[in-house]
Amino acid sequence: MTLDDVARRAVEAALAAGASDAEAWVEESVSRRVQVYEGSVESLSDAGGRGVGVRAFAGTRSGYSYGTDLSDEGVVEVARSARGAAEVADEDEHAGLPEECGAAAVDGLVSAELSAWSTERKVELALAVERAARALDGITQVETATYSDGEGDVALANSRGFTGGYTATQAWAYASAFAGEGAELMTGLGVGVGRDPAALDPEAIGGEAAERALALVGARQPESRRCPVLLDTFVAASFVGFIGSMLSAEAVQRGRSLFAGREGDEVADPGLAVVDDGTDPDGPSSAPFDGEGSPSRRTPLIEGGRLQTYLFDARTARRSGRTTTGNASRGSYRSPPMVGTSNLVVEPGDDDLQGLVRLAGDGLYVSDVAGLHSGVNPVSGTFSVGASGRLIENGELGPPVRELTIASDLVSMLKAVRSVGSAARWVPFRGSVRAAPILIGEMSVSGA
Amino acid sequence: MSALVEPDLAGRILERALARGGDLAELYAEARNGFSLTLDDRRVERPLGGRERGVCLRVVQGDSTFYGYVDGLAEEDLLRVAESVAQAVRGEAGRPAALASAALADGHPVRIRPEEVGARRKAELLRACDERARASGAEVAQVRIGYAESRRQVEVYNSDGRAAADDRTRVRLSAQVVARRDDRVETGTDTRGGHAGWELVEADPVEVADRAARRALTMLAAVDAPTGRLPVVVGNGFGGVLLHEAVGHGLEADAVQKGASVYAGRLGEQVARDFVTAYDDGSREGDWGSDGIDDEGTPTRRTTVIAEGRIESYLYDVLRARKDGVDSTGNGRRESFRHVPVPRMTNTFFAPGDATPDDLIGEVERGLYAVSFGGGQVEPATGDFVFGVSEGYLIESGRVTAPVRGATLVGNGLEALRAVDGIAGDLEIATGYCGKAGQSVPAGVGQPHVRIRELTVGGTASR
Repeated sequence: MTLDDVARRAVEAALAAGASDAEAWVEESVSRRVQVYEGSVESLSDAGGRGVGVRAFAGTRSGYSYGTDLSDEGVVEVARSARGAAEVADEDEHAGLPEECGAAAVDGLVSAELSAWSTERKVELALAVERAARALDGITQVETATYSDGEGDVALANSRGFTGGYTATQAWAYASAFAGEGAELMTGLGVGVGRDPAALDPEAIGGEAAERALALVGARQPESRRCPVLLDTFVAASFVGFIGSMLSAEAVQRGRSLFAGREGDEVADPGLAVVDDGTDPDGPSSAPFDGEGSPSRRTPLIEGGRLQTYLFDARTARRSGRTTTGNASRGSYRSPPMVGTSNLVVEPGDDDLQGLVRLAGDGLYVSDVAGLHSGVNPVSGTFSVGASGRLIENGELGPPVRELTIASDLVSMLKAVRSVGSAARWVPFRGSVRAAPILIGEMSVSGA
Repeated sequence: MSALVEPDLAGRILERALARGGDLAELYAEARNGFSLTLDDRRVERPLGGRERGVCLRVVQGDSTFYGYVDGLAEEDLLRVAESVAQAVRGEAGRPAALASAALADGHPVRIRPEEVGARRKAELLRACDERARASGAEVAQVRIGYAESRRQVEVYNSDGRAAADDRTRVRLSAQVVARRDDRVETGTDTRGGHAGWELVEADPVEVADRAARRALTMLAAVDAPTGRLPVVVGNGFGGVLLHEAVGHGLEADAVQKGASVYAGRLGEQVARDFVTAYDDGSREGDWGSDGIDDEGTPTRRTTVIAEGRIESYLYDVLRARKDGVDSTGNGRRESFRHVPVPRMTNTFFAPGDATPDDLIGEVERGLYAVSFGGGQVEPATGDFVFGVSEGYLIESGRVTAPVRGATLVGNGLEALRAVDGIAGDLEIATGYCGKAGQSVPAGVGQPHVRIRELTVGGTASR
């Protein structure tokens, strides 16, 4: 049986078990991961995954079940269990499948190059990343250099007659390097992402890890003050990712978002534009349709400084009298669709890093933040997060600093954006964000 | 329970895995069943059930690990994975030791099997919690209650002849309450969980909702957090996340062996005052981070990590223990069959001391009382940490006064340990999820009330 057949069989079984509507998501994947340490293979894996998740409706109630057994028996069991689970849920007048399903044309999700790479070449790539990190003077250790890839097939079917599927490939590499020793040990992360290993530049990834670690050697706690703060690309991606999660209509409708009631409002400096784009050929989270079969699309979120829209799936759209933005996202077959971002894209600006530093004059360059997801109050938007980076003095990068916090609230921060950098790139951790450095006019920095 | 993988098949798979060499081959099989249910915005929703079966097979040769995993327990899949893993190894074929049936580890008591309790009763429990939270005050604006149960049946076979099994049941009840007063919005949370059955949540379940609501309401009156270096009294229970993050991760042997820990090479060294003792204990009955065996089949146990202020032991899995010529401490844990084990904490906590919480607070002229954290993060290589204080108060003239918001503790594990100058006797273990190496596992964090002489508090108030 093909994955499409399995999905259709699951839908049929859920209907036979009494579901009024049903949807099945089936996945099959293979992945490879290589970790190297001190010039040899530390671990090498070859993994296969498969599973089915069924969402069953009993009128306006819904339940979800998943399993790893794709035999006819296994699929029927999952479908029945989903239908059974629906009984316990309360009625939700807005629940239900999307009115219209379909697939957007998204090119470039698969690279044939991936399967052309032997395991040996992938090991060599990971080793090259490690060598590149070690090549810089002052690097005391490379904790890990990792290459990882995956190829996944997905099929989605529902009781309104939709069946769709796609295949996507992905390859990542990252390294974590140390500089200094003992209590003065500093770490740096380098990362790259693409559709296949050929898209990864081991020199750049290893070099980035090393440079980030070296930049922090000798870091001290800075003085407390208010000053311009330049967020580097990783840090900007973290903040933008958090803001994206706050634009979920689910969070908004349930009073858990600082953006509730602010559609159309000025929430940022006009220079900042953020788009959710599930169709970007390079986007790690791109796909022809979302987790419930709505076609993927491009949705401007913040434009001209104003909040354009929230992110909707079919249910939250019905509740707000809107249409879905194709943002029903799924982590895997193990989770039911939930509103989430696809790829968040920050529109790059004109200034290179040096230009941004010059513009900041005197301030702080933040290269790492810790505890963002626990440090932000999602409703009020106030935050205080740990950070490290470098001082900016007289328009140039100065001595490294650590053990400090930066504090503000998200809207004040967005409104204080002074410039967005030109060097945009994909940052693949905690969601998928194409970010650039962002200069904030003023923030509160707490140190000694 | 009947075996997931019969010893005979396990033996054949291990033999095939060692066909081209290897020092150790291991088969880990798992059956995971789970159910969860949420009440949000006054509605019971997201009933979610899952049934997973799978295996992870690994071959260790020197410092290299070759592994594979697959969904399902089909013999042909297991043999194919063994073949693929063996392909990567270079050496002489090995023969696994004979395997007996996997003996079931001593379990933790489960009086009422959660899966035998009807889903409707679970929904009723959530509603009772919702009502209690909303009854706590008119300012309660939003309530989310979560219930989750899981059962993991695991078997471990290895080429040294180990055959072990464990049957793990966990339940967890959590509450998140949002309170609103004019423009002020605050969130309070509380959880209760353990390696136990339905009985754990059935006993006074609304307490969890009550505590979450009280936190949210209290924080509505919060003033801006102070900024600067201050004495900090850390609350019991979840306050132990500080020890977990700032010290515990640095004691995990993988970080130590890679020099990625500030505790490397410091065994026996005095790092705290002599009344400071800390344990990792995966055998504590019914606790959230407890199991019968770890995920390599080593029985869980109590390990003293800090004895009277000295670093006493690191936390080991089989691989890192071999390298240091010691025994595994039963800390080889993994999220699921989709992962290889790494050294992880189980339940980690400071041993109780002689003081009372009032003693600790009474001696502080001006400081912070950090009751609960919204989470934290640490860089194990340096021990630098950051914690957001979700419930905190000012201490003024030896008394707890106004609640504060937006406080962050920033510091370094070694420095904070050295600065511990008082420990109370009220030990409590709370439920956490610990993330490391892309794997999330249940971890118990705990402590009695602990006072740290001085820490950097990053706040929002101007000084």
